[in-house]
Amino acid sequence: MENLDHLKEEALAKVAASTELQDLETLRVNYLGKKGEITALLKTLGKLSAEERPKAGALINEVKAEVADCINAKKEALESQALAEQLAAERIDITLPGRQQNVGSLHPVTKTIERITDFFTSLGFRSVEGPEIEDDYHNFEALNIPSHHPARAMHDTFYINDNTVLRTHTSPVQVRTMESEKPPMRIICPGRVYRCDSDLTHTPMFHQVEGLLIDKDISFADLKGVIESFLAVFFEKEDLAVRFRPSYFPFTEPSAEVDIACVMCDGQGCRVCSHTGWLEILGCGMVHPNVLTYSNIDPEEYTGFAFGLGVERMAMLRYGVNDLRLFFENDLRFLGQFAKG
Amino acid sequence: MKISENWLREWVNPSISSEDLVAQLTMAGLEVDGVESVAKDFSGVVVGEIVDIAPHPDAEKLRVCQVSTAADENTQVVCGASNARLGLKAPFAQVGAVLPEDFNIKKAKLRGVESFGMLCGASELGLEDQIDGLMELPADAPLGQDFRTYLQLDDNIIDIDLTPNRGDCLSIRGVAREVGVLNKVAVAEVNVAPAQISIDTTFPVDIVAKADCPKYVGRVIDGVDVTKPTPLWMIEKLRRGGIRSIDPVVDITNYVLLELGQPMHAFDLDTLKDGILVRKAKSSEKLVLLDGQELTLSSDDLVIGDHGKPLALAGIMGGEGSGVSEKTTRLFLESAFFEPIAIAGRARSYGLHTDSSHRFERGVDDQLQERAIERATQLIIEIAGGQAGPLIINGTTSKNKKVISLKLKRVEQLLGFSLAKEEIVRMLEGLSIDIESNDEILECAIPSFRFDLAIEADLIEEIARIYGYDNLPTTELKLPASFYPKSESDVSLMSLKQQLVALGYGEAINYSFISKDEQADFSEGDQTEVLNPISSDMSVMRKSLLPGLVKGLVHNINRQQSRVRLFETGRTYIPAVEGFAQALTLGGIIYGTVEPEGWSNKTKVVDFFDAKGDVSTLLSIVGLEVDYLPCEKLGLHPGQTASIQYRGQEVGFLGALHPSIVKKQGLAQDAFVFQLSLDILNKRALTEFRSISKFPSTRRDLAFIVSSDVHAGEVIEAVKENAGEYLADCVLFDVYTGTGVEEGMKSLALGLIFQHPDKSLSDDEVQSTIDVVVSTLCQRYGATLRN
Repeated sequence: MENLDHLKEEALAKVAASTELQDLETLRVNYLGKKGEITALLKTLGKLSAEERPKAGALINEVKAEVADCINAKKEALESQALAEQLAAERIDITLPGRQQNVGSLHPVTKTIERITDFFTSLGFRSVEGPEIEDDYHNFEALNIPSHHPARAMHDTFYINDNTVLRTHTSPVQVRTMESEKPPMRIICPGRVYRCDSDLTHTPMFHQVEGLLIDKDISFADLKGVIESFLAVFFEKEDLAVRFRPSYFPFTEPSAEVDIACVMCDGQGCRVCSHTGWLEILGCGMVHPNVLTYSNIDPEEYTGFAFGLGVERMAMLRYGVNDLRLFFENDLRFLGQFAKG
Repeated sequence: MKISENWLREWVNPSISSEDLVAQLTMAGLEVDGVESVAKDFSGVVVGEIVDIAPHPDAEKLRVCQVSTAADENTQVVCGASNARLGLKAPFAQVGAVLPEDFNIKKAKLRGVESFGMLCGASELGLEDQIDGLMELPADAPLGQDFRTYLQLDDNIIDIDLTPNRGDCLSIRGVAREVGVLNKVAVAEVNVAPAQISIDTTFPVDIVAKADCPKYVGRVIDGVDVTKPTPLWMIEKLRRGGIRSIDPVVDITNYVLLELGQPMHAFDLDTLKDGILVRKAKSSEKLVLLDGQELTLSSDDLVIGDHGKPLALAGIMGGEGSGVSEKTTRLFLESAFFEPIAIAGRARSYGLHTDSSHRFERGVDDQLQERAIERATQLIIEIAGGQAGPLIINGTTSKNKKVISLKLKRVEQLLGFSLAKEEIVRMLEGLSIDIESNDEILECAIPSFRFDLAIEADLIEEIARIYGYDNLPTTELKLPASFYPKSESDVSLMSLKQQLVALGYGEAINYSFISKDEQADFSEGDQTEVLNPISSDMSVMRKSLLPGLVKGLVHNINRQQSRVRLFETGRTYIPAVEGFAQALTLGGIIYGTVEPEGWSNKTKVVDFFDAKGDVSTLLSIVGLEVDYLPCEKLGLHPGQTASIQYRGQEVGFLGALHPSIVKKQGLAQDAFVFQLSLDILNKRALTEFRSISKFPSTRRDLAFIVSSDVHAGEVIEAVKENAGEYLADCVLFDVYTGTGVEEGMKSLALGLIFQHPDKSLSDDEVQSTIDVVVSTLCQRYGATLRN
C-alpha cells in the first residue's frame, strides 16, 4: 500500500504533463484499465485481513476516482483546446464575395407594360394580343380611317403589299376582339407597333398599350376617372395634375389628348416639357359609333371608351431615360440598370 | 399652320393676353405647337430716306449718304450697299440703336469719313436672310417712324398643329371664328364687295369630272401690271404665315388662301388654248409642275387643262408655262371646289405637299369660292391694276345645310352629366349652328364651313369642347366588378422571362425588321419584305430571333463586355401559304464564362450544355418532356446543334454558332444560341398527386462501355424502358474516355434508383431488373459492363 501514494503522484503528474488526447487514453488504460496499475492494487486486497480490507479498498478507490477525475478534466480541457484550434483554423474572410450567377434583367419596356397591365387587369381588363402584320381593314378601315383619309398621313405606314401593313397601332386587336366577342368587354392590348419615322424622338418600331371598355352607359366622365386614376397610380403621385384637351382620332368621338404636369420639374417648366410644364402622355376618347357599327355592336345600346399610350415614353419619364434609342441597342450597361425589383 | 397674332386680332380681338389666347386655343383642340416673336429684339431703328448721296473720297464701294428722318437736320451715314440711291427709304439704325445679337450702333469713322448710324438690310434686323443690300421701304413709309411700329413687328407667330378634322381652321378667318366663340366676341369679317365689271371678257370652262369638281368659279382680269410691288404689309403677313413673296398676283392668291382658306390659282390667259377643262388625267400623260418636276400622271389624277394639254394638278400645284410671269397682263383666276376624296392621297403619291393640297384634302367650305374670287379681284385691282370681267360660274354645290339630330339624353349619356337645354343651344348657336328645337331633340343645321360635323357624337364633342374638357365631370374610379377566370394551366410569359432573368439573362428588344444580309445568315427561302423600308438595314421581317441576338452580342462585346447572356421574346414572320405566320418565339444567346469572374472559380467558358441546361430549366417550368435530336441548321455548327422535339414535332433548337459566323462577327469565343416556339411554353399540366413511398430506395451504379458514337440519350432511354416500373430515376453521373477504356469507346456511368411504393425491394428483385437492362444494352448497343 505504501506505493499507492507514489502511484497517485506519478499518475497525476503524467496526466498533467500530457498534451494529446491519445496519450491521455494510454494513461487511463495504464492506471485505470482492467490491467492498470491502480486496478491491480485492488486485486491485492485479498491478501489483506478482513479488518484492513475495507479501509485499504476505500483508499484505493479514492485514488482511482481522483485519477479518473483528473483524466476527465484534462480530456475536457484538451478537447476544448482542440475545438478552439479547429475553429481558429477554420476562420474565413466573410467579406469575400459570395459565389453567384449574375442576375439578369427585364427590359424597361417589359417592366412598364407589366406595370400598366397590372393596373388595368386589377380593374377587370384582360390583356389581349394580335398580329403585327395586319390587313388594311383591321388597321384602318374598321377604325373609321378610309383609304384617302388625311389621318393616314399621321401614321406613316410601312406597307408589306397594297392591302397589308405593319400595324401602326394596337387598335386592330381591339377590332378583332369586338368582332369575336360580345359586349360588355374590357381589354388591354400591349405590343409592338410600326411607323415609318426615325429621328431623335421617333423609332420605326415602338410599343403601345391600348385599352377598350364597352358597356352600357359608359360616359366620358368614366373615361376621365379611369385615366386620372391610372396616371396617378403609374407615376405614384396622388395629386398629379392631369388635363384633357380636345383632339382628333378617327376612331373616337369625342377625342382627347391627355397631358400631365411634367414629372421632371413638377410642372415648373424644363427641357423635357419644352418649358410648358405639361407632358402629352396619351390619347383617348369615346368609341366612334362607326367603329362599333363596323363590329356589329349597336351604338345606341352600348357606349365605350378607348385609350392608347406609348410605352417607351412612359418608361422614359418613369426612369428618367433621356435617349429613346437606348431601348433598342440592348446594351447590358443600360439593361442591367433595370435589374432591381 | 403659322399665323400672325396681329392679323388674327384684326379679325377678332378679345381682351386677353397672348399667353392666355394660346392656352385657350390649345385647350379648345387647336393645339399650339409654338409661339415666336416676329422679329428679334432691336431698338432705335426708324424709317429713313437718303436725301443726298455722294461717292466716298477714299473707297470705291462706299458712299456717303445724308439720311433724313424728318428731323431738322440730316444725318451723315457711310453706306456700302449697292442699292443705296437718292430717294430710297430704308430702315435706319441711329446712333444708340441696338440691333439683334446686342449689336450696338455707335458713331464711327469709315476710311476717314464720319458715319452716324447705319442703313439696314432686312437680314441685319433678323427679318429675312436672302436679300442683298438695303431693305427697300415703300415711298409712303412715314419718315422717322419707329420701324417696329411701322412693320408691326411687335407680333407673334402662332404655330397651330391642327388635327385633320379641323380643315375649317386652316385660315385666319377660321381661327378667328373659334376665338370669337370661345370668348363670346364678335368677328370682324372683311368687307368683300363684288368687283365692278368693266370688261365683258370671259373664258369657256367645262367640268368633265363633275363628281370631283362640283363647282368651278373663274374670272378674267385684263391689264394687270405684275411688275408692281406687293405692299409691305402683305409681304409681312405672308412671311408670318410661312409664305415667301413672289409677285403681286401669286402673293394675293396666297393671301386669300391664308385669310379665307380658299386655295386659288392664277393662269396667264394668253397661254391658254380655247378653254378650261376640268378632267381626269389620261394615263401616262405628262405634266411639268411649277417647281420643274415632270410628272407622269395616272388616271386617278384630277387635272385642270386647256384644249391642248394638262395645265395644273388640280388643287395641288400649277404647271410650268401657264402660270403668271413678269410678262403677264391678262389673268384667268380660278377658285374651285374639289372634293377631298379627289385630292386626298394624290399629292402624297408624288411626294408633294402644298398649302393647297393640305386644305383640299381636309376640306374647304363649298360656299366660299365666289367670295374668295371677289376678294382676290379686289386686291389685284388695288395693287396691280386691271379690269375685271364677269364671274364665270360652272357647276354648283348645294346651299342646303346638313341637318344633324341631337338627342339631349344622348348628351347626358355620353358626357355623364346633364346640361341645360338652353346652355346647349347657346353653345351650338355660338358655332353658327342653326337650331330648331323639339322637346328632347335638337335639329341642328350645320354651316357649310363645319364640314367636319357629320354625326351626333361630333356635336357632343363640340359641346364638350366649348364647355371645356377640364370642366366636365369625372367619375370616381368605380367600375362594376368584372372577372376573367384564369386557368392554373396557363403559363405566363412573364414567369418564363423571370426564370431567364434568374439565370442571368438580360432581356433584349430588337426591331422586327432586319437587313437581307442578316436574314441570310440564319434563314433561307421566302421572306416578307417591307415595301417602303426606312433603310436597307430594316427591309425584311425577321424569320429568326438569332440575327438580333447576335447583333446584341456584338454590340456588347464591342463595349468591353466579356460575358453576355441575352434573350428576346417576340414574333418571327414566316411567309405562309395564306397570309403570314407570326409565331411568338423565344430566343437566347450565351457567350463568355459560365460564371461571372470571381476569386474562387475557374474561368470555364460556356459550351453547348450550358445552353441546353438553360433550355431544360425553361422546359421544366412547363413540365415538357422533349427529345433532343442531332440536326443541322443554317448558321449553326453541324456537329453541335439539336432539334428540340415534342411528340415528333420540332418546337425549337439550340446549338453553337457556325464557325463562319463566329469569324464573320469577329467573336473571340464560341457563342451558343437557342430558340423555342412560345406556343408550346404557355401551358402546363395540372399537378396530379402521387403518394410518397414510405420504403427506402435502392441505388445501383453501373458503368457501361459503348462505342463513342452511341448517344447517351438513347442509352438512358433504353434503361428507362427496360428497368421496370419501380425505376424511380436514372442519372448519368460520369462520361469517361481515356486510360482503361479502349480507343473509340467511352464509359457511361449510370446510377439507377429503384423504389417500390408498398415494400422494400429485395436484392434479388433489383438484380433481376439490372440483368434485363444489361442484356438489353448489350444486344442493342454492344455495351459491356466495365469492371
